[in-house]
Amino acid sequence: MNFPAELKYTKDHEWIRVEGSEAHVGITDFAQRELGDIVYVDVTTVNSSVAEGEVFGTVEAVKTVSDLFMPVAGKILEVNPKLDQSPELVNTDPYGDGWLVKVSLEGDANSASLLSADEYKVQIGL
Amino acid sequence: MPPRSPAGRAGGGLGEINTMKNTALTEIHIAAGAKMVPFAGYNMPVQYAGINAEHETVRKAVGVFDVSHMGEFILKGDNALDLIQKVTSNDASKLYDGKVQYAYMPNETGGIVDDLLVYRIDERTYMLVVNASNIEKDWNWISRYNTFGVEMKDISDRTALLAVQGPLAAQALQSLTDIDLSAMEYYTFKKGTFAGINNVLVSATGYTGAGGFEIYVDNQHAIHIWNEVFKAGEPYGIKPIGLGARDTLRLEMGFCLYGNDIDETTSPIEAGLGWVTKFTKDFVNSEALKQQKQQGVARKLVGFEMVERGIPRHDYAIVDASGNPIGKVTSGTQSPSLQKAIGMGYVNTDMAAEGTEIFIRIRDNNIKAKVVKLPFYK
Repeated sequence: MNFPAELKYTKDHEWIRVEGSEAHVGITDFAQRELGDIVYVDVTTVNSSVAEGEVFGTVEAVKTVSDLFMPVAGKILEVNPKLDQSPELVNTDPYGDGWLVKVSLEGDANSASLLSADEYKVQIGL
Repeated sequence: MPPRSPAGRAGGGLGEINTMKNTALTEIHIAAGAKMVPFAGYNMPVQYAGINAEHETVRKAVGVFDVSHMGEFILKGDNALDLIQKVTSNDASKLYDGKVQYAYMPNETGGIVDDLLVYRIDERTYMLVVNASNIEKDWNWISRYNTFGVEMKDISDRTALLAVQGPLAAQALQSLTDIDLSAMEYYTFKKGTFAGINNVLVSATGYTGAGGFEIYVDNQHAIHIWNEVFKAGEPYGIKPIGLGARDTLRLEMGFCLYGNDIDETTSPIEAGLGWVTKFTKDFVNSEALKQQKQQGVARKLVGFEMVERGIPRHDYAIVDASGNPIGKVTSGTQSPSLQKAIGMGYVNTDMAAEGTEIFIRIRDNNIKAKVVKLPFYK
C-alpha cells in the first residue's frame, strides 16, 4: 500500500494535500481497500463551511456506507466531477484522479491532530 | 471513515470472533488473498478480486463460492414426508427421487422460521438445506414437530458445499464427472463420481440466477474437489467468488435473504412466497396463512429502483411524496449488472403497484425511486 509522504492524514483515513490556501481531500489507499468497490460519493456540503472533524459527505461501497470527515476546517468548493461517472477512480487512483473534494482552508493545516504518512502507517498497524 | 451501516446483515459481530468456525476451505481462501469476515458464526470470504469483478465473472462465465456454512439435515424414516409436510409450506409430495424444492418453514405467529431447500434422496430419505444462521433454531423447531418417529441427522459440520455458478458451469465441470451436466434440469440433483470421489451430490440449483451447480461433499474431500474444479475450469476463466457478490447476484434476481427480507416477523404472503405455499395440505399455521391470503395483506415486499441518485440500504425508511412513512428497505445495493441502484422493501399495499413513485429516506433526504417488477435482472 502507498502513502505519499507529502500528504497529511487523519485517523479516520482521509488524506489532505495543501496547496496554498486551498487543499484537495480524499481517502487513503488503506480505506479504499477496506471498503471495496466504491459506487457513489455523496457530498451535500458544497459551498458550505465544515468544521474539522465534521462530516462533509459519505462514500458508498457495494457493501457499506461510510462517513467522510473534514481533516481541517474549510469551505467545500467542489466535488471531483469525474466521480459522478467513474466512482471507481477512488479505488484505482485514491491520491490522484480519485480525490473527493477541493476546499478553501479556514482552519490550521498544521493542526496537531493530522498525521504524517509514517504516523498514519502506525495507526493502521503497518 | 469507519463503516456506518453494514449493507446486508452479516449476522455476526466482534463477539463472535472467538467462537468462529472455519469451513474445510478457509485456509485456501486466506491463501488466495480473500478478505475474510464473520458471517453467521463462520469465518467466510466476502471478496477476492472485488465484488463488481466477481459478480461479472458469475454473470458471464463461471465462479465458485464456498457456501459450506449452510446447514444440512437428513430426515429418514417411513414418515419422513409427513414431518416435512407438517413443517414446510410447499407440497413435498410432489417431489420424486432426484428432485429439489424451495420452501419455507412458517412459525405459529405469522412469520417465517427459515427458508430452505428440500431434496428427495429416496422415498424415505430427504435432505433439508437451511441457512447457516438458523441451523440450531431449525433443528430444534423441526424436532419439536417430530412426533412421526423420523430419524434426524445434522450433517452440517461434516459437509462442504461448493456453488459453481455461471453460464459456463456445465462445460467447466463436465470433464470431472460422468453425470451429463448440461442435461440436468433446474432443481434436480444426481449422486455420482465427481473428480474421482464417489457419492458426491451434484445439484442443479443456486442463488445467483446465472445457472450452475451446487456440489455437496464430505469435508475430507473439499480441498481436492475445490482444486480439481479450478483445474477443469481454468480454460473457462473460473474464479473464486465471495459472499459480497453472492448478495448482489441474489438481489438482482429478487431472491429473499433470510434475516434481511424475511424473518420471524414477516408474513410469507407479504413476502411474495405464496407460490411455495400450498394449502392443499395441513402445515404449521396454514389456517391463518390461508385466511391472510384470502383477505389480502396490508403490505407487500416489492422491488424498486432509484430514479434519483442514492443507494438504498437495509432499514432505511420508505416514504411517500409527502414524506409519510409507508415502509422499510430490506435489501439494497448498486446493481453491478444494471449499473443502477436497486432494492427491495415492504410498502403499504396501495403503494405496491409497478411504477408507483416512492421515496427512500437517505441521510435526511427523500430520494425518488419507483416500484419495478422482479427480477431486476432478466
